[in-house]
Amino acid sequence: MTVIRVGHLYPDYLNIYADRGNIAVLAERARVRGHELDVRPIGMGMDVPAETIDLFYVGGGQDRDQALVVPDLAAKSDALHEAAAGGAVVLAVCGGYQLLGRSYRDVAGVELPGIGLLPLHTVAGARRMIGDVLLDCPWAGETLAGFENHAGRTLLDEGAEPLGRVISGFGNDGASGHEGCRAGRVYGTYLHGPLLPRNPWFADRLLTEALAHAGLYTELAELPDELERAAHAVSADRARRRGGRI
Amino acid sequence: MRLPLPLSLEIAAARAAGSVSRLAGRGGGTTLPGKLLWKLDPSAIDRLARRLPQGAVLVSATNGKTTTTAMAAEILRPRVAVAHNSSGANLVSGVASTLIARPGADLALLEVDEGALPEVVRRVRPKALLLGNLFRDQLDRYGELELVAGRWRAAVAGVPDALLVVNGDDPQVGDLGRDRASAVVFGLDDPRHARPALQHAADSKYCLRCGTPYRYAAAYVGHLGDYRCPACGLARPPLDVAARDIELHGLDGASFTLHAPEGAARVEIGLPGLYNVYNAVGAGALAIALGVPIGDVAGGLGRVSAAFGRFERITVGDRRLLMLLIKNPAGANEAVRTLVDAGGPRVAVVALNDEIADGRDVSWIWDVDFEPLLEGLETLVATGSRAAELALRFGYGGLDRGRIEVVPDLDVALDRGLELTPAGGELTVLPTYTAMLALRRIVAARGHVANYWETAA
Ligand SMILES: [Zn+2]
Repeated sequence: MTVIRVGHLYPDYLNIYADRGNIAVLAERARVRGHELDVRPIGMGMDVPAETIDLFYVGGGQDRDQALVVPDLAAKSDALHEAAAGGAVVLAVCGGYQLLGRSYRDVAGVELPGIGLLPLHTVAGARRMIGDVLLDCPWAGETLAGFENHAGRTLLDEGAEPLGRVISGFGNDGASGHEGCRAGRVYGTYLHGPLLPRNPWFADRLLTEALAHAGLYTELAELPDELERAAHAVSADRARRRGGRI
Repeated sequence: MRLPLPLSLEIAAARAAGSVSRLAGRGGGTTLPGKLLWKLDPSAIDRLARRLPQGAVLVSATNGKTTTTAMAAEILRPRVAVAHNSSGANLVSGVASTLIARPGADLALLEVDEGALPEVVRRVRPKALLLGNLFRDQLDRYGELELVAGRWRAAVAGVPDALLVVNGDDPQVGDLGRDRASAVVFGLDDPRHARPALQHAADSKYCLRCGTPYRYAAAYVGHLGDYRCPACGLARPPLDVAARDIELHGLDGASFTLHAPEGAARVEIGLPGLYNVYNAVGAGALAIALGVPIGDVAGGLGRVSAAFGRFERITVGDRRLLMLLIKNPAGANEAVRTLVDAGGPRVAVVALNDEIADGRDVSWIWDVDFEPLLEGLETLVATGSRAAELALRFGYGGLDRGRIEVVPDLDVALDRGLELTPAGGELTVLPTYTAMLALRRIVAARGHVANYWETAA
């Protein structure tokens, strides 16, 4: 048995889209493979124990909550960069995704600094992009189904890798055909839903990488996942039928 | 430019459309006349409202607005002819339909969707506004809580003479009354019923003024309670009307003492849970502010039965259905809490749809604290168009997958639930809004309950 140490950043502030669903999926899928998820909240003013965390999770918040954590996140920036450079996994959803970029410019034109862990920046847009999304992830040979709801338009730097190509939905900015971003083991996405219950392959990939960081290189046993597949199919169908158009 | 039709002609045309819709069996036609009128002439609603001798009273909240409005209607009905949108048609078109349907009414008492409130306020220019609570709800449709609260603030500012009745236990809502001397503030005052901690995903946790997390002397329902900011001192405003000495009687009801400047009265309601105490205190505070003696307020509240689908018992052959609507985390948490306090079900049918009225984004089910239901739950029948998603919620929440049956078809799921319920027993059903409507149609088609538009009006 290996213990996977998870650092949940700002669970009191960034939890708007059922982020505990994603954590519950990681915990259960680790448990049935004989491992254990040890989840620690990392809140305001707390140190980031960079070398002891295998997987960081950052969820989304309302604009106000997000603004409240910005100064504190800046103080954690060095530790998070160090952790990511050391191979820790990072999953950031929605608002958390925006905060991992270099900056976020709000509607008033005010620039909020991010921590620059992902090669991108975000600009507030006039129109919210809301709806079901389906992504193709050729790098994994899989698809991701979720739901997006964001006014920010995220622009990837030249050469940055998206998490997936949009089959249906808006994605990062409603124009590029890209959704999310990945850089090494750092993943950012607008997809909530929550993301992991209906996309178990992605949950297992995160677990495999987190286990590797914890020193265990292993292939996880397959699970039946009938309900997961059924939920993915319905969600993918929703995206095809009524996801936002690019 | 199009010449406006005389109001009476517009109304006649719109009414005829409503009866045609009902005859055609198309969902009751509760909003069709209003929709038509809205199209013919949007300003007709303003004129209809102005004809009311005693004006209009609006009720809005994320949770409980239908029940609160029904309670206020029950209190006011013996004194005044009330036009009340009892079928829950609470958008601008539903408001218009209600005004058309009751031309002889003296007073309109209208439940209004929280998103539609600014427009309805602008058009109807209410003499009083009862604002109950703001919880996160259907983020895909309403947007973030802060946005809704900001729009409410602007709407309230536009009617400076309207009487405001606000829930002081909700930081955002209570604050709307802070600068208005005439505002009536209501809330709960019985720390014995406080929860030990704020629920998961509580909203409005941070001070409106300075962003510091509030400290709660008592948190009752979600973020509603007796709060204070430890940094700047911003606190729950003093309560003008309060519920004290609250007693909860499981699924059968609740009682409390209603305290107002005019005096106090013991109130018994036939609806369960602290959230219904909030609804009753809100309706009571409104009625008192409108001049109803407190004894009559208590009497009226005692006569209320549940607003349709919110909490309903329906006899189906030799079994009963207990139906509790779930539509957002705060409301669903209260439904769960009420069920668990009463012993918790052995079998439950939970129905998740994802139509616009349910919220297309189903992520909210992960913010509901369903876990207290799991102990003692032998079978969960997950149904509705997102049944598999719901099954995952319970599965990853700790319910053995062997106890979960996924039956997307609502009538098959209902039959399965009834089959698992012993004769004479009660089946717990927790549906989202459109699933609730569909389930009601199914039991109505079997002759067990009237269609709501037959009982409404
Ligand atoms: Zn403060």
